[in-house]
Amino acid sequence: MSAPAIEIQSLTKDYAVGFWREKTRRSLDSLSLEVHEGEAFGFLGPNGAGKTTTLKLLMGVIFPTSGTARIRGRSIEDVAMHRDIGYLPEQPYFYDYLTARELLDYFARFFGYSAADRGERVEKFLDLVGLSAAGNVQLRKFSKGMMQRIGIAQAILHDPKVVFLDEPMSGLDPVGRREVRDIILELKRQGRTVFFSTHILTDAEMLCDRVAVLVGGKLQGVGAPNEIVSLEVYGMEILFELKPGAAVPASLGDKVRHTGSRYQVEVPEAGLYAALEQLKGADAKILGVVPLRPSLEDYFFKLVGKEKYSPHSIEVNPQ
Amino acid sequence: MSSIPAVVAVNTFREAVRDRVLYNLIFFALLMMGAAILVGQISVGIERIVIVNLGLSSISIFGIIMAIFIGVGLVYKEIEKRTLYSLLAKPIKRWEFIVGKFGGLLLTLAVNTTFMLLGLFVALLYVSRHLERGDWGIVEAAYFILLQLALITALALFFSCFSSPMLSTLFTLGIYVAGLFSKDIREIGALTKSPVVEWACKAIYYALPNFHNFNVIALAGHGQPIPASLLWQNTLYAALYVLILLLASAAVFSGRNLK
Repeated sequence: MSAPAIEIQSLTKDYAVGFWREKTRRSLDSLSLEVHEGEAFGFLGPNGAGKTTTLKLLMGVIFPTSGTARIRGRSIEDVAMHRDIGYLPEQPYFYDYLTARELLDYFARFFGYSAADRGERVEKFLDLVGLSAAGNVQLRKFSKGMMQRIGIAQAILHDPKVVFLDEPMSGLDPVGRREVRDIILELKRQGRTVFFSTHILTDAEMLCDRVAVLVGGKLQGVGAPNEIVSLEVYGMEILFELKPGAAVPASLGDKVRHTGSRYQVEVPEAGLYAALEQLKGADAKILGVVPLRPSLEDYFFKLVGKEKYSPHSIEVNPQ
Repeated sequence: MSSIPAVVAVNTFREAVRDRVLYNLIFFALLMMGAAILVGQISVGIERIVIVNLGLSSISIFGIIMAIFIGVGLVYKEIEKRTLYSLLAKPIKRWEFIVGKFGGLLLTLAVNTTFMLLGLFVALLYVSRHLERGDWGIVEAAYFILLQLALITALALFFSCFSSPMLSTLFTLGIYVAGLFSKDIREIGALTKSPVVEWACKAIYYALPNFHNFNVIALAGHGQPIPASLLWQNTLYAALYVLILLLASAAVFSGRNLK
């Protein structure tokens, strides 16, 4: 049986704090985790949960206080293992005096590619992240989104087996996010292991085979998104429109919220048909009925100690 | 020999060039031209001495400024800007990064020194209309300046591995000045007639880099021969000192948690 793509055992990181550095603050607490080959694995948690600390430990940027980790069977202390991995740091920043083309060429040199091979790879990956036209622009002129894209390109330039992405969607517009999602799906299709941290839970639900939730440096749960949250429907959401001058049925009353001409109401599953009858009586146009299930977001919020998402906080999306 | 330090070195050199560090050459060229014209008018018989002294001193001062102010930011800047994160995820060892950064700045200083030396010879030709056999001493003096710059760069890089640029500048400058007067420190110890103080002063004398030995500007200015023994002694001394500092830098940096 082959080794897991990523194997983390009791990884702990303490930081010395205080004027005399006599106290310690635990940033990561005995994290143990296994990620299988070819998996897209989401690493979720609020700010300060220890996600970036974990990634920095795996990349050798910082060193663990205790515990070990292996990537494809090799210790994280083994620098040669870095041939098999790619890494996009959080809010990446690169040498701003280089052009995008020069940066990728620079990084490609660490893998011993020939000049011809480097040139080919640089063009391929610039094209993949949509930066071909900006290849000769110095990075100091790049927007945050462009920096994120060149960051992804440098992370996968050498066809790594395991790709670590720290908040890859951060700073991207909807089109950019869609493109990054497509890249992650393509990497997964190619059989690569993708380990990415995010706090955008819909991305994790959409892309991940499994997720881990980290809060306060401690692992709270690992599993497929539909394993760690219940699939039980807890209510139904009805979206509707009313004709000008028409009133909302009194029985639905103050449960109804509206944005412009569109209305939204959450009702228990058993009361769905009765509510629809009442809306029909009010000559409402039903736009949609959506079953409400606890989402990964609900699970996440429950763990971090905040209130569960209420239907009142759900935005009406006319699309 | 791994080529990775060379990759880092070339990029460090490119950074210096793109950051217009070599623009100081223009200022140096103007200084040499101005000095050559002025010296030709106001001095009789000592034009050569004045030009060589001024030229070599400028090469030394410009080089020291560059070595310290770029050197102290070599590692610190990469940590602060987080450019190191992506780099360390590549198959690169931390010592390779350190050696590469040192090599890159040394390459920049070597190019800078070479162009300044050429400028000095042009000014010398302008004032004395010919070159003499003794002018070879100017090249040797420039070589010693470069050795001195290599030492200063290694010092600055060492401090850059664990300290802020401000403190690193102070430490490097402090050691440079103390190193210039290290012989005096030993003599003070001898004068005290206290065995403890004498031993301590001797220890400091040996521990500090001896920058005094690299200064042969006066000899070169007067066209006097520079002892051949000094050539290999200084080379060996600088190489050993740089090696020790690079080893120490690599050791400190290899165990350092980045932010």
